[in-house]
Amino acid sequence: MSLLKYESQLREPLVDGNKNYHQVTEDIIAPIEMKPSKLWYVGFYISVALLLFGVYSIYREVTYGIGQWNLNKTIGWGWDITNFVWWVGIGHAGTLISAILLLFRQGWRTGVNRAAEAMTIFAVMCAGQFPIWHMGRVWMAFFVLPYPNTRGPLWLNFNSPLLWDVFAISTYFTVSLLFWYSGLLPDFATVRDRAKTKFRKMMYGVAAFGWTGSTKHWQRFESLSLVLAGLSTPLVLSVHTIVSFDFATSIVPGWHTTIFPPYFVAGAIFSGFAMVQTLLIIVRKVLNLQEYITISHIEKMNKVIVLTGSIVGIAYLTELFIAWYGQNPYELAAFFENRGNIFSPYGWSYYLMMFCNVVSPQLFWSKKLRRNVTVTFFMSIIVNIGMWYERFVIIVTSVYRDFLPSSWSTYYSPSIYEIGFYLGTFGLFFTCFFLFAKYFPVIAVAEIKSVLKTSGANYKMKMSDIEKTDAEKFYIDEVEHAH
Amino acid sequence: MSGIKKFVVGSFDDEAVLFPAVKNVRKAGYKIHDVYTPFPVHGLDHALGLRETSIHTAGFIYAITGTTTALSFMSWVFTKDWPLNIGGKPHFALPAWIPITFELTVLFAAVGMVLTFCYLCQLSPFVKKHHFSSRATDDHFVMVIECTDKTNEEELQSFLKNNGALDVNTQIAESGWWLGRYDREQKLYREELGY
Repeated sequence: MSLLKYESQLREPLVDGNKNYHQVTEDIIAPIEMKPSKLWYVGFYISVALLLFGVYSIYREVTYGIGQWNLNKTIGWGWDITNFVWWVGIGHAGTLISAILLLFRQGWRTGVNRAAEAMTIFAVMCAGQFPIWHMGRVWMAFFVLPYPNTRGPLWLNFNSPLLWDVFAISTYFTVSLLFWYSGLLPDFATVRDRAKTKFRKMMYGVAAFGWTGSTKHWQRFESLSLVLAGLSTPLVLSVHTIVSFDFATSIVPGWHTTIFPPYFVAGAIFSGFAMVQTLLIIVRKVLNLQEYITISHIEKMNKVIVLTGSIVGIAYLTELFIAWYGQNPYELAAFFENRGNIFSPYGWSYYLMMFCNVVSPQLFWSKKLRRNVTVTFFMSIIVNIGMWYERFVIIVTSVYRDFLPSSWSTYYSPSIYEIGFYLGTFGLFFTCFFLFAKYFPVIAVAEIKSVLKTSGANYKMKMSDIEKTDAEKFYIDEVEHAH
Repeated sequence: MSGIKKFVVGSFDDEAVLFPAVKNVRKAGYKIHDVYTPFPVHGLDHALGLRETSIHTAGFIYAITGTTTALSFMSWVFTKDWPLNIGGKPHFALPAWIPITFELTVLFAAVGMVLTFCYLCQLSPFVKKHHFSSRATDDHFVMVIECTDKTNEEELQSFLKNNGALDVNTQIAESGWWLGRYDREQKLYREELGY
């Protein structure tokens, strides 16, 4: 029985260096067992400081009301919903990597899926803050849940996209968390079984849920992962579709377009991959994981970025075309005056968005730039900025001049507490991510082991020897004997 | 089901050695209790003669439960309990309920499956199990064979060694469903022992 699956030499190895199973465990688990570096503490405390600033901003908002933000009658959705959509979008790359690429049998996801899924969960946590605190009277937040109440019972409006959002985001968070945690169980067991202190043994023992690695358990585990991937795939598409419905089902020019669902989903994956790049380029450097998160991984993600960035670009152009083709004066004003006119109050943001999301990713058609870590890092930041501006453009430029010119708003700029809230979610995100990088296996150890013998560099080398001799033998047997 | 039993444990370091060993051990008539591996080894379940898992069927049942719950609840609310007039649209607004129906389908399926998975595999935060080798989560494939009255331990041990097991020993453990496995203090990893 041949156990080794053959993988072509043309494919780059997924794991570099001379590795065996134990070495994989050692490389990935060792950072958990060591004291964190100074840099880690610096980063962690900065994140906590940001988080505290966010908590203070929210305290102001809850105590004094929504007036603490510079929203007004026409711009009822400003930074808060921009940030909400931005964070939710970032989450999408994690699910794409963990679920959709699993269904497509993409082996390279094994190196990056754990960190990307963690990013998804933390990003969704950050996203959820915005609609919740935007409610104003946040102590009434439970009103969004359909529970039997003394007001009738007066149920919810199940026809409203805002309520769909409640269900979509909470389901997305729950399913992502379950998917992520079930994958973590075997790796926590690995940490537990090599623990040298009682405390670590106990903590990881609790976290590993008593995982043993039984064959039957693995069989169920694989079936579970596959079904969860199958469920997450339509789920992730539905989430950003529903987020886009918040806009698309309205009658506001600039929002009222049928292109929104695919356009939002592509944009979400685009921004999510940019965030994955930002995080992983730092993680692989700091935790010395260059052999597991290789240049080839980075290149593959850059390909996704150039693809989705171009889809987003086509969506922008389609919107402009449809506005012109429809000849609706309000639609024309929204697209060609409020956005397209660079001298209008927010024109600059439209062109900034165009540059960051459509023009700059085109650099990645060049293989040399795709494989350059520094270029990738800067590009990932640019894309993140661009995608934030996309949401800002969609939200603010569509509402600041409404149907009644007398109520056209003056220039909207956020208050310090609005900015503080946004920075606070960065604090939350990075606090969680720093804790994750320190205490969790940032790469799925068991999954790396399962692809090691087909895609590890040293095993591929051995395979190429077999391949050569086999080819010669084949030639002698088949070709020469035939003559 | 539960009771204190004796097990012969053999560790392998290569799945290419493990597979023929599994075959030989089963041919010789020994009862393999389990094989513990650090990652899912494809085909091992078939080699051990395990039946396919039906956890996905459970998932399907949970999913349709979610669909039914969402649809019937929204229909009841909007047609019976408190019909709201929303812009003169029909009370039974099926297309508008699709998103929530879909979300609840996924939610029920995922939560239900994970709970079922944890129940079947006896996974829970404070459960303590007997771990035959602490390298089973690192780099060893650990085959555990249950001893019966007829089993000759030494013979079995040398049989495993001949089949490529690196480390062979005998362990006593309690086996059973859920509560039967709280039998032993967990040992810390010790470099010199290798487990």
